[in-house]
Amino acid sequence: MSSPKDTPNVYTAARPPPAASVGLIGWLRQNLFSSFSNTILTLVSIYLLSLAIPAVLDWAFWSSQVSGDNRFDCKVEGACWAWLDQRLGQFLFGFYPDGERWRVILAFVLLFAALLPWLTTGVPGQRYLRWFSIAYPFIATVLLAGGFGLEQVPTDKFGGFMLNLIVGLSGIVLSLPVGILLALGRQSKLPLIRWLCIGFIEAVRGVPLITLLFVSNILLPIFLPPDVTLDSIIRVIIMVTAFASAYMAEVIRGGLQAIPSGQYEAANALGLNYWRSMRLIVLPQALRISIPGIVNTFIGLFKDTTLVIVIGLFDILGIANAMVSNPDWLGLSTETYVFVAVFFFVVCFSMSRYSMWLERRLSGQRH
Amino acid sequence: MEKSHQYSPNDSSAVIRIDKLNKWFGTFHVLRDLSLSVKQGEKIVICGPSGSGKSTLIRCINFLEEHQEGKIIVDSIELTGDLKNIDAVRREVGMVFQSFNLFPHLTVIENCTLAPIWVRKTPQAEAEQLAMEYLERVKIPEQAHKYPGQLSGGQQQRVAIARSLCMKPKIMLFDEPTSALDPEMIKEVLDVMVDLADSGMTMLVVTHEMGFAAQVADQIVFMDEGQIIEQNTPTEFFDNPRSERTKLFLSQILSH
Repeated sequence: MSSPKDTPNVYTAARPPPAASVGLIGWLRQNLFSSFSNTILTLVSIYLLSLAIPAVLDWAFWSSQVSGDNRFDCKVEGACWAWLDQRLGQFLFGFYPDGERWRVILAFVLLFAALLPWLTTGVPGQRYLRWFSIAYPFIATVLLAGGFGLEQVPTDKFGGFMLNLIVGLSGIVLSLPVGILLALGRQSKLPLIRWLCIGFIEAVRGVPLITLLFVSNILLPIFLPPDVTLDSIIRVIIMVTAFASAYMAEVIRGGLQAIPSGQYEAANALGLNYWRSMRLIVLPQALRISIPGIVNTFIGLFKDTTLVIVIGLFDILGIANAMVSNPDWLGLSTETYVFVAVFFFVVCFSMSRYSMWLERRLSGQRH
Repeated sequence: MEKSHQYSPNDSSAVIRIDKLNKWFGTFHVLRDLSLSVKQGEKIVICGPSGSGKSTLIRCINFLEEHQEGKIIVDSIELTGDLKNIDAVRREVGMVFQSFNLFPHLTVIENCTLAPIWVRKTPQAEAEQLAMEYLERVKIPEQAHKYPGQLSGGQQQRVAIARSLCMKPKIMLFDEPTSALDPEMIKEVLDVMVDLADSGMTMLVVTHEMGFAAQVADQIVFMDEGQIIEQNTPTEFFDNPRSERTKLFLSQILSH
């Protein structure tokens, strides 16, 4: 018997890689100039960017104008942002009374405190913050709509980006749990539950959201007692949630199907009941796999909040439409829609980056 | 052959009693009138060709598979569709799978403490202490805070054994525990199982490791076509197989 230690060392010693394959030069070679055609593509792209970026910056900033009372004051070649001064409040808050807008801002700031403990770990006082998160919907409702000594603000005054955030975030927060339940229900062994879930998912996915929003005006009141009237924003939230959860259910079903049956069996063999094995074993893994699809659904949902215009609510896009048809500011549609687009881009891009960060962090656990 | 005992329905010392068990997968009759009884502390090795129903049999014992006819009584609880009985049996019966089935999103120690905390309601500190004891017993306490994906197959299977033991089961089922392992890692898992057998655990082991069977089994059960063809002590089983089918099986697996 001879152990490896007894045999003479015949291994080749490790050497550093050639200088041209690492560092900046290596990166450039690999990523931008790896072949003749890639070199041409790189050069063409640089040329196009060198045309586009200065032109956009010039339009938006260098040759733009920020002061003026109406479109006749706009004298510049570039963008005219003069309307912002008058209209920014409307874009953000709709017709919410000027003197009460601090309540919306406070609710927005508190939102971050409410979301933070669910988005990451290691937040100081995480456990208490979660209790705050649970109370947040009630706090925000009181802040926004009034009560407990705050002046009542009817919801038809809600509008602008605030409305997109209210509907979008409510939909996001509600559609995930509802989607999970629908996905589990679709796999249930009980035929009645399975059929109900499949029926709901297929019915809701089979129609456009815009139809659901129209129908919510007519159909929902039929299901409610005659003396109950639902606020139109609540109706929109219900419909948007129903719509997104049907998609969510299918996204999560995909994740559930990726979990090997051995995981269910091991959980059962250890004596975990159905709900515990779902909560502790199956869903943590299935949801992790589904993150890209879930966030995709969230982003779609958030952009769909602009459809509230069809039932007479004025979200940020509705306000923008109203403004570009106003004689004072006619012809400024590029500026207006670019401005609106920035808001959606910031929110959607943040969600996208967050989901990529979350995926990276969770993938660290797998190996 | 006086040590050999076939099924005896009134054997009160039996911790598992299986009586005329029948199971079908669709129209395929996988277990046929199968009866078996296992005493406290007994080690039974189940072998046989693939498709003979070995795995199905032990999966029926903790109701991972539902049988259609016959009786299974585990620790004086009869397994029916009754969820309460199933939960009660699963608390007392540990199972080790061919493919380990560790929970990849939890660390080794979290894998081990999960069931004690949620099923047995053990306080976390106590559950962790217990888990460390068992991880030491399977000789990998230093891996406690790693994720399963960072371990070798043999280490994962030992964690799986420790995870089952943390529930302090009365009976351990092993479903081909070494079949998915590289040859170099089989021994470390078998060593742990031998150690467990020496401690007096009641064990049912489906395996092709005949060396292990000869060393620890009180009884070897040979199955074919969903029935028990032969059941005997290892000495009798290897030296004096009674049926032709057993002789053929032994000649095939022992020939190299």
